[in-house]
Amino acid sequence: MIDFEHVGKTYGGWQAIEDLSLSIAEGEFCVLIGPSGSGKTTTLKMINRLIEHDSGRILFAGAEIRSFKPEELRRRMGYAIQSIGLFPHWTVEENIGTVPSLLKWPKAKIRDRVTELLELLNLDPAQYRDRYPHHLSGGQQQRIGVARALAADPDVLLMDEPFGALDPVTRDTLQLEMLRIHKASGKTIVLVTHDIDEAIRLGSRIVILDGGRIVQSGSPRDILARPANDFVSDFVGREDIGIKLLSIETVSSRVRRDGSASGEPIAATATLRNALSTLVARGVDSLPVADSDGSPLGAIHLADLVGPHP
Amino acid sequence: MQPLLASDTDVAPERGYLRNRVLLVLVLIALAGGFGLSFLTHAPNRLISGRPVAWSAILADGRFLCLLPGLALLIGPFLRQIRTNHILIALIGAAFAALLFWLAGDAASRLADPASTSARTSFGGAFWVIEAITALAIADALQRAGFGPATRIGISLILVVPIALVLVSGSADQLSIMKEYATRRDVFGAAVVTHIQIVAMTLVPTLLIGVPLGILAFRRPSLRGPLFAVLNIIQTIPSIALFGLLIAPLAGLVATFPVLSQFGISGIGVAPAVIALTLYSLLPIVRNTSAGLEQVPGAVIDAASGMGLTPSQIFRSVEIPLALPVFLAGLRVTIVQAVGLTAVAALIGAGGLGAIIFQGLGSSALDLVLLGVVPLIALAVIVDASLKLVISILKGRAA
Ligand SMILES: Nc1ncnc2c1ncn2[C@@H]1O[C@H](COP(=O)(O)OP(=O)(O)OP(=O)(O)O)[C@@H](O)[C@H]1O
Ligand SMILES: [Mg+2]
Repeated sequence: MIDFEHVGKTYGGWQAIEDLSLSIAEGEFCVLIGPSGSGKTTTLKMINRLIEHDSGRILFAGAEIRSFKPEELRRRMGYAIQSIGLFPHWTVEENIGTVPSLLKWPKAKIRDRVTELLELLNLDPAQYRDRYPHHLSGGQQQRIGVARALAADPDVLLMDEPFGALDPVTRDTLQLEMLRIHKASGKTIVLVTHDIDEAIRLGSRIVILDGGRIVQSGSPRDILARPANDFVSDFVGREDIGIKLLSIETVSSRVRRDGSASGEPIAATATLRNALSTLVARGVDSLPVADSDGSPLGAIHLADLVGPHP
Repeated sequence: MQPLLASDTDVAPERGYLRNRVLLVLVLIALAGGFGLSFLTHAPNRLISGRPVAWSAILADGRFLCLLPGLALLIGPFLRQIRTNHILIALIGAAFAALLFWLAGDAASRLADPASTSARTSFGGAFWVIEAITALAIADALQRAGFGPATRIGISLILVVPIALVLVSGSADQLSIMKEYATRRDVFGAAVVTHIQIVAMTLVPTLLIGVPLGILAFRRPSLRGPLFAVLNIIQTIPSIALFGLLIAPLAGLVATFPVLSQFGISGIGVAPAVIALTLYSLLPIVRNTSAGLEQVPGAVIDAASGMGLTPSQIFRSVEIPLALPVFLAGLRVTIVQAVGLTAVAALIGAGGLGAIIFQGLGSSALDLVLLGVVPLIALAVIVDASLKLVISILKGRAA
């Protein structure tokens, strides 16, 4: 869907991005992560030409991005940023409808789309559509920001630290919503973050940048299990790697179907990290496991957590 | 929509019996003014300076009852600070102001000599002090009542009704200022019209030049320094000097191109006035146009271009609307300033209310000066209030 081929970018002679090659497949949830100043935002903005690259090629759906008019390219890519940038003088409905109106959708269709998106992001359309942004909480504003990015059903969603400024609870809910939306829509998403837990949770692929170069790129498991070098180990948090590995696998993958244990069951969809935490908290070495409708599925044992990772 | 000012809780509560210190101070000043100064002065003609009219003559035959609302205002500082009481104070204040005006007019009619029209009854210091204090008390009450600007303007309009009634009823006609008005009815009307015309004519070039300059200053930050330096220097030239400075070049221009005089251009009159006023008006317009565009949040622009708005779409649907409140604040300053400066332009023959004022100054007729000054102030207040209203409506929508 998006291909970087030996892309470079200099700011006044200073190399911000160097020989960057990266191929993001359709439907991938690609997370760009790295320390401050590593070139995440620059990489993201080069995709929709808010920043023009100065060497190499960037392809969108197989065609060079320079073959599109910038505005047309951008209207096919949703864009959401940390500071949200909602139009303060427009209602929620007008904000979400920005790109559809630019694309001259009929009014009724825009209205329906706004309803649909507000519902998708768990905001009551009747209550919120006519509000102005300053009457919304930070989390609600960010939801509107995401809804606005999704409005014209873009092929690609570009997000720059969209949940960076939110409190942990709101961030958690929105991350879950993003996962749900990604699963349901199959959209290609490129998201920038500096939070490794967010990257592990959301990404089907994590790209670690440092000094304008890709240090490592791979699935969360690859990165955690086989960090390419010391920088990556440090970055993902050397001491917590085990815990983080547990957080990308669910109980269902390690449940003993024939096992049994006593006590409150844990959900099969919970992460192994949740399971470990529950085991330690209860001071037991096994937990019963139940599936989503509560019927017993088996049990999970402390020893199962440390088995080899696939 | 939320009110712009929160209600009663907004003003710090005062403890004890005394609940409104501001009003108490105002009332005490008014009392001192009432005792220390004369309310009216009377003179058999304009050339002799007036002698104070005694309160006993003014308040004869039960007319002292007109002062009762004033007594009510005395209780005001001790009332509970709730909206109803604030409205009450405002209404009583308005009634009091009108009754004082009526008392003055009534006393003037009784002093008037049917045989001679040259007698003059003018307002004294006490009248001005008490009326001004009452106006401040009303403003304070409306402020404390915590209404939005729209409601406040609405109430203010109701509050001027009593004074207007006294004016229309003719009870004030024997007052000197009204006599001056009566003898100059046509001149007065024309002066008001000319005054407004000059201000309006100033606005056209000001906006045509100022807005593009403001946009340019916003787009090219390197231009801002020199541009604002020049505009600031113009602003420091005393208005009389600037009006005078323009006489020679304009006269020279007309001498060289006589055809210009057909368009009403000459060294004196409206043309130099409009040019000078435009020069003064440029600073607030350019500054606020540029500042308004600058305060549009960068994130909003980033999001807008990221979504595929073209630069001109961003300018039209994002930058202009978001810069508008700041721009209008500049426009407000500009017009209020132009209304005042236009009075000075009368010195170079531009006409307007300034002509009446300077005529009054020249002939030591204080009431004639007042006849020019009062509508001048009214004009400035009206412009100020209406633009404030527009700005607050815009802000209420998109704060
Ligand atoms: N317009 C610009 N002009 C000059 N240098 C820039 C510009 N934009 C970014 N840079 C530099 O390029 C480098 C990469 O910037 P970028 O914004 O991509 O970093 P980032 O990874 O997004 O950092 P952060 O996590 O702080 O947002 C930084 O060193 C930054 O200072
Ligand atoms: Mg960044």
